[in-house]
Amino acid sequence: MTDVPIARAPGSDRAAYKAARWAPAALGLATLVVFIAGMELIIRIGWLNRFIVPLPSEIALAFERVILEERVIQRFFLTAFECVSAGLLLTVFGVGIGVLLYRWTLLRKATETWVAALAAAPTVLMYPLFLVIFGRNALTIIMMGFVAGLPPAILKTLEGLTGTRKVLINVGRSLNLTEQQMFWKVLLPSALPTIFVGIRLGLIFALINVVGVEFLINFGGLGQLINELAERYDLPATYAAICFVILVSVVFFMAMERVERWLRPAD
Amino acid sequence: MAETGRLRATPAAASAIDPVTLVRIVIIVSVLVIWEGMSRSGLLYRDVVPSLLAIGHALITELSTSGFYGNLGVTAAEIAVSLAIGGMSGIVVGIVLGANRFLGRAYEPYLYYLGPTPKIIFFPVLIMWFGVGPESKVAMGALSCFFPVALSAAAGMRQIDKVLIRVGRSFRLNAWQMAMKIYLPAMRHPMINGVRLGLGVALIGTLLAETKLSNKGIGFLIIQAYSLFDMPRMYALLLILFAISIGANALITRLGHLDAVPKR
Repeated sequence: MTDVPIARAPGSDRAAYKAARWAPAALGLATLVVFIAGMELIIRIGWLNRFIVPLPSEIALAFERVILEERVIQRFFLTAFECVSAGLLLTVFGVGIGVLLYRWTLLRKATETWVAALAAAPTVLMYPLFLVIFGRNALTIIMMGFVAGLPPAILKTLEGLTGTRKVLINVGRSLNLTEQQMFWKVLLPSALPTIFVGIRLGLIFALINVVGVEFLINFGGLGQLINELAERYDLPATYAAICFVILVSVVFFMAMERVERWLRPAD
Repeated sequence: MAETGRLRATPAAASAIDPVTLVRIVIIVSVLVIWEGMSRSGLLYRDVVPSLLAIGHALITELSTSGFYGNLGVTAAEIAVSLAIGGMSGIVVGIVLGANRFLGRAYEPYLYYLGPTPKIIFFPVLIMWFGVGPESKVAMGALSCFFPVALSAAAGMRQIDKVLIRVGRSFRLNAWQMAMKIYLPAMRHPMINGVRLGLGVALIGTLLAETKLSNKGIGFLIIQAYSLFDMPRMYALLLILFAISIGANALITRLGHLDAVPKR
């Protein structure tokens, strides 16, 4: 609200407003650039061992090598496939279980704290167990991502359905909706934004776990790439691969946020 | 008569065991029965679903060996140190970013988007910097827990009642006094939440690093059980670990609610 009149202000005020908006972002970016340049300098002077921290310029050059020689595109798609599979699983099961718990109050009262506890438990540490059950393949990684992302999907579905405004339910009642109609026309649409928050959280956990387990069990896509390069002691390429994975995940988070904002009803 | 008798008996029984507890017991018992049935049926490869007796035995063996407590101590110390380092730096960074709008808008997006990235991929680099010993695990844990603590501290800073800050200013408190007497007490709830999240990820970071490369700690025991294919022991270790982490999480949550009771 406060920025609307400022934005309308003519001439220099508008410029000042724009500057105030962009200055923090510029400072953040400048700090990053200065940091990278500083590292380059410090390593070139010899204060930091370049066999432990490679030159940023070397890392930048290694990007090309990593992309051309390490089948990054294929790896990216494998990791993406694993994440999407885990995401589909956790959407189906998370929303399904959430609806089940919403319908069956007794079951909800009995198990909601368990689900919450599970959300806080370090499920990723079960990966050796999953290795034994599913074998060292993509299925283990998908299941690991699924299990890690399931609790938030369940909890948020439950929260969304429970938070449906009484008015909406009453409207449905006054229109004599059947249980089915009530669910599809009132409850689900009203809960959808919250459910999507749950799916987004679930996908984030799934991504973290997919990449982490790929790295740990040395199988699959981007996570394995880092492990392999590190074991080859190809330091610039290792750093480049880490930067690449971070970049991919950040882009993914931003995209998810966009989708969420798009789904959220305008207030 | 029989009818009325039953009617009268039902509420009495219900008050003895409330239905929620009953459902819980039914779920637990049926899971255990199905588990044992699967284990005995031989439908699945037996070692994947070991008998409950075997798991119980492994649990008791594990809890009664001194070696386990040595490893538990190592892991606990690693997590504690990583929480101290990552948590402290997170609090300081969070307070600075939360207090200054400009700096917050400049740097918080980086924290916000770096926060949920998979930290374990930094492990090869951390090994390079800190060696293969406990130091690299501590670094892993500290790196993991820095982000949630910093973000909650920054958010906590911003939700502080402006009146409190003005009171502090009018008493001419210096920066340290402001932090200790105004900021930290006023933001304890988001802080406790941040520490709770931080502890969770520090635990995961430390233990995952241990499973990747180490020679002591609970993570090492788990991966050792895996490579020896000692499944009952692996289940036992995972059960202990889950119990500890869920317990710690519940403890911190309770700590956050301790003073929630209004005192006026």
